[in-house]
Amino acid sequence: MDFQLTDEHRMIQATVREFATREILPRAAALDHSPTFPAEIIQKAAALGLMGMMVPERFGGAGVDAVSYVLVQEELARASAGVQTIITVNNSLVCDPIAHFGTEEQKRRYLPRLCSGASLGCYCLTEPAYGSDAMSLQTSARRDGGEWVLRGTKIFVTNGVEADICIAYARAGPEPGARGISAFIVEKRFPGISVGKVEKKLGIKCSSTAEIVLDDCRVPASNLLGEPGTGGKIALSTLDGGRLGIAAQAVGIARAALEEATAYAASRQQFGRSIGEFQAIQWMLADMATRTDAARLLMLRAAYLRQQGTRYTREASMAKLFASETAMWTTHKAIQIFGGYGYIQDYPVERYFRDAKITEIYEGTSEVQRLVIARHVLGKNVIGDA
Amino acid sequence: MNIVVCVKQVPDTEAPIRITPDGSGIDETGLTLVMNYYDEHATEAGLRLREQFGGTVTLVSVGPERAREALRTGLAMGADDAVLVSDPALNGADHLGIARVLAAVIKTLPHDAVICGKLSTDDNAATIGAALAEYLGLPQATAVAHLEVDAAGTGAVVHREVEGGVEVVAVPFPALLTVERSLNEPRYPSLPGIMKAKRKEIKILTLENLGLTAAEVGVAAARTALVRLSPPPARKAGRIVEGDTEQAVAAILAFLKDEAKVL
Repeated sequence: MDFQLTDEHRMIQATVREFATREILPRAAALDHSPTFPAEIIQKAAALGLMGMMVPERFGGAGVDAVSYVLVQEELARASAGVQTIITVNNSLVCDPIAHFGTEEQKRRYLPRLCSGASLGCYCLTEPAYGSDAMSLQTSARRDGGEWVLRGTKIFVTNGVEADICIAYARAGPEPGARGISAFIVEKRFPGISVGKVEKKLGIKCSSTAEIVLDDCRVPASNLLGEPGTGGKIALSTLDGGRLGIAAQAVGIARAALEEATAYAASRQQFGRSIGEFQAIQWMLADMATRTDAARLLMLRAAYLRQQGTRYTREASMAKLFASETAMWTTHKAIQIFGGYGYIQDYPVERYFRDAKITEIYEGTSEVQRLVIARHVLGKNVIGDA
Repeated sequence: MNIVVCVKQVPDTEAPIRITPDGSGIDETGLTLVMNYYDEHATEAGLRLREQFGGTVTLVSVGPERAREALRTGLAMGADDAVLVSDPALNGADHLGIARVLAAVIKTLPHDAVICGKLSTDDNAATIGAALAEYLGLPQATAVAHLEVDAAGTGAVVHREVEGGVEVVAVPFPALLTVERSLNEPRYPSLPGIMKAKRKEIKILTLENLGLTAAEVGVAAARTALVRLSPPPARKAGRIVEGDTEQAVAAILAFLKDEAKVL
């Protein structure tokens, strides 16, 4: 058992910590109060190699391992969960499935753009009537000569406004459930795709969340991702990686809350001493630190298994579940430690609290994570294979 | 254009420094060590010259084996090669000794420009660059805050920040430059750069490899010796002026006139 990060892990972590502290942190509050897409930050992140971190170098990626990936996502989220959302979606949900399931030609056409910051990706799975029950999605794909014709509405698409490359799932065959689903690489310039309603959210405000309308959108047959009918498999395997990114986001938010609360507890004076001298505050900080560390260890275990090439569905779900609930709990306690100052926008902890909530919801709610974990605990014989 | 950049590993200026009980040095337990900030600017200057003129950027350092980490940072920023001179015989060497070692390495490398940080943040001596220029027989421009190399790459016009103004100096290449932090904004090492740096070999040399002896450059040759390090005196507690604004202003004015004598 070796608990050490490698020299490269530490160097990558230190570099991105400095980048996030200098380039993102000073703008995080403004990006939350008056949300705008942080184009300049994303371009700088791309120059550092953060937009396609695990993509092989020959396709323009940084070619780093999954442990480096989660360490970087934690650093980014500690500075701004909104900025990190934009980056993690491009990495986990767009670059990853193209790198894993794409043809050589698809990889060459799309990955260099997605890695360099010339393009931005989004992931179109959720539909108005199918959220947790994603495998029942109803967007259709009909073959017409050399093209597929996609029809349906996708919602809650992160980066939906700015992205020009979309991974879209649609029902291309008559088989029910996952087996009828295929995945497509859809460019925004293709005819029939448009951005619909743009959502106003509780947190992660500088990342856009939009409806994507596929109105007989015509997609070249060469843009089918993987084999027909494997879309369900691609979606679920992609989400394993996505959950690593969200676990890291949650760990980053929890750490930010812990750091702020610790500094505040040391400086805030009440009853003639710093509030950190009161046991009530000490216990909260001790629990926040312990849970944050536990979440980080689950995150690192899942990332480690991924880079070993082992199946890590159960571990990714555990990391995502525990880290997201830790982020919620820790930010809640941070506000309590700040008291009234925690409830106002002059301090960042109310933002952490609002940002934390989404981690319990997207890329599989806490309930879906428990379902996945329970399936591994009990085995298929008891609850079947959904 | 072949560029050599001298690099030193130093304690992070943001980390607390503890001095060993006998005052002979810095306690390195738990200390974060980084590339000297001025050397980051020197590396950046070298990389920009390479981008403009082609060629190579070679990093050179003298220090213990751990100084490899600072060189690794420079390689991750994009430098081509790195050489470290590491030899226990250099313990206690003074600045002139270190400059002689650097000169011995640089003489073996093609160099149109040798770039150093203006000083290193650990001992603030600002001596190495000037001494190195002498040992290499190169013209030098120190404390460069603005650098303009002519289109053919045969020389540079530099701005030096001097007391009360700017001094403009022309130097023909090959030359030695030491740089200010205001010269440029060093790039972050990129992730692909870090991965490439991992695969690059850092050449480690001893004094013997350079044809030097401890008697020439080690403690025996040192013309200065470190007598003792001591921490700065603890800062005295500030004084809080009580009372309403009018009284407080009067009290502060009185303090500035009578005690601090600055008004």
